[in-house]
Amino acid sequence: MDKLRISLPGLELKNPIMPASGCFGFGREYCQFYDLSLLGSIMVKATTLEQRLGNPVPRVAETSSGMLNAIGLQNPGLEKVMNTELPWLAGYDLPVIANVAGSMVEDYVEVAKNISRAGNVHALELNISCPNVKEGGIAFGTDPEVARELTAKVKAVSEVPVYVKLSPNVADIKTMALAVEKGGADGLTMINTLVGMRLDHRTGKPVIANKTGGLSGPAIKPVALRMVYEVSQVTDLPIIAMGGISSAWDVIDFISAGASAAAVGTANFVNPFVCKEIIDELPAILDELEVEHIHDLKGRSWKVGETADYRA
Amino acid sequence: MIKVEKMKILSQKIIAENIYEIELQGPLVNEISMPGQFVHIKVNKANDPLLRRPISISSYDKKRQTMTLIYRATGAGTIELAQQTGEINVMGPLGSGFPVEDVKGETAVLIGGGIGVPPLYECSKQLKARGKKVIHILGFESAEAVFYEDKFKELGPVYITTADGSYGTKGFVTDAAVQFNIKADIFYACGPVPMLNAVEKLFESIPGYISMEQRMGCGIGACLACVCAVNGPELYKKVCTDGPVFAKGELVYG
Repeated sequence: MDKLRISLPGLELKNPIMPASGCFGFGREYCQFYDLSLLGSIMVKATTLEQRLGNPVPRVAETSSGMLNAIGLQNPGLEKVMNTELPWLAGYDLPVIANVAGSMVEDYVEVAKNISRAGNVHALELNISCPNVKEGGIAFGTDPEVARELTAKVKAVSEVPVYVKLSPNVADIKTMALAVEKGGADGLTMINTLVGMRLDHRTGKPVIANKTGGLSGPAIKPVALRMVYEVSQVTDLPIIAMGGISSAWDVIDFISAGASAAAVGTANFVNPFVCKEIIDELPAILDELEVEHIHDLKGRSWKVGETADYRA
Repeated sequence: MIKVEKMKILSQKIIAENIYEIELQGPLVNEISMPGQFVHIKVNKANDPLLRRPISISSYDKKRQTMTLIYRATGAGTIELAQQTGEINVMGPLGSGFPVEDVKGETAVLIGGGIGVPPLYECSKQLKARGKKVIHILGFESAEAVFYEDKFKELGPVYITTADGSYGTKGFVTDAAVQFNIKADIFYACGPVPMLNAVEKLFESIPGYISMEQRMGCGIGACLACVCAVNGPELYKKVCTDGPVFAKGELVYG
């Protein structure tokens, strides 16, 4: 099992696999399928200061090899998450990454300050890239200076390391990565969804009530992979990658691109066992690739000479 | 308990225009606890269509470990489903169905619209088995779309309506309920939202249950895609886990 054990800022993980935020709630639904303690970590649903009811329905639409969603950060609010959801998760041997969202800087700071003090929260994921809310979210994730400042303010109050979730909906994601690094980020998570749209053939109107939604699923994997490949070459911050991961080989791809860990999102909806299956399958793949540890593959897509070695 | 298993496709046939009946077999059937629950089906092994398809259980037989589903094949996923043979990946049973235990009164009216008709069949069978008199009002677009009339007739009276008047009474299910002066002690309904709204108004004086439909993601309550507005402090409920069946008066019709 040591082949998969990894160490990241704030996170000593049994394995590098975790469900992505928004695709797993707070784990209650998935604990009926397997023991959550098997997971490396869990990125829980975005938490805002006050309860949010989310967007009108329809909130999802399927697309080729993917889906659009515009849930709108529906969550029970900081207090309930602190008093109910996190204590429930503490029953598992599972370090939690708490996803923090807000409309204003003060919201982020307040949520980060409180939630980072929960015993089982080992890191924060700063959600500056939700494309589906009118205020906050992506507004913080597309301007490097704004993102840097927010990261610094959250960093100043957080008791645990802060990972910043990057949006792919920018001209140059490397600039954003470097900006949040300058703001003091301990790590990056990437990518959030790509803004997309689907129209009803007959009416010509958007299918999703919010009109646009975030595209996820296998369709976005090539984009995510390219971005991890680019960002991992300009920063030493560890990257937790997500974007269309649905198999153990997808995880190998992202580690090869330069990520340190991988999060599984949409695939949980199709196969509720997917995270467990990936964890089970990885050791045999590492044997097949003849490596001792999964991080022996890290960044081999761009590291000079390494690709040839592994092919030999 | 929710299972994910490969179920055997025993048969698959067209029973009305674009309407398919599929019979599946496997231990998952043992887990069904009430009529009106649904299953979430991965229609093929490919990434496209990606998501599962929620389909209500029309009837089941625990002795044979079989269940029958009826679906309309008009979208990409259900058209793909209609071509499947052999085995299929099913997750379920899911959701909370129609309560049939301890129902007060003698007579139940079951009202279905289009592809909302199927789950009422098992509901009616179980009500009848508990000694209730069952009356059915089933609405369809046209004569070509009508299915299960004879099956429901074996259980109790059936009133068919069609929107174009090509079969049965012309108009909506609520028109037939008024025209034939249907009286009951409880109602069970499944169909399009405007129909559910009209049914709740018409049968204001008796208790009842309605089954909702919404675009779904995970089917187990995690993704928060299929919410519906409700009266009460929580404001929203999840169709997949709090429903799909809700008590009369619970839903806010927008």
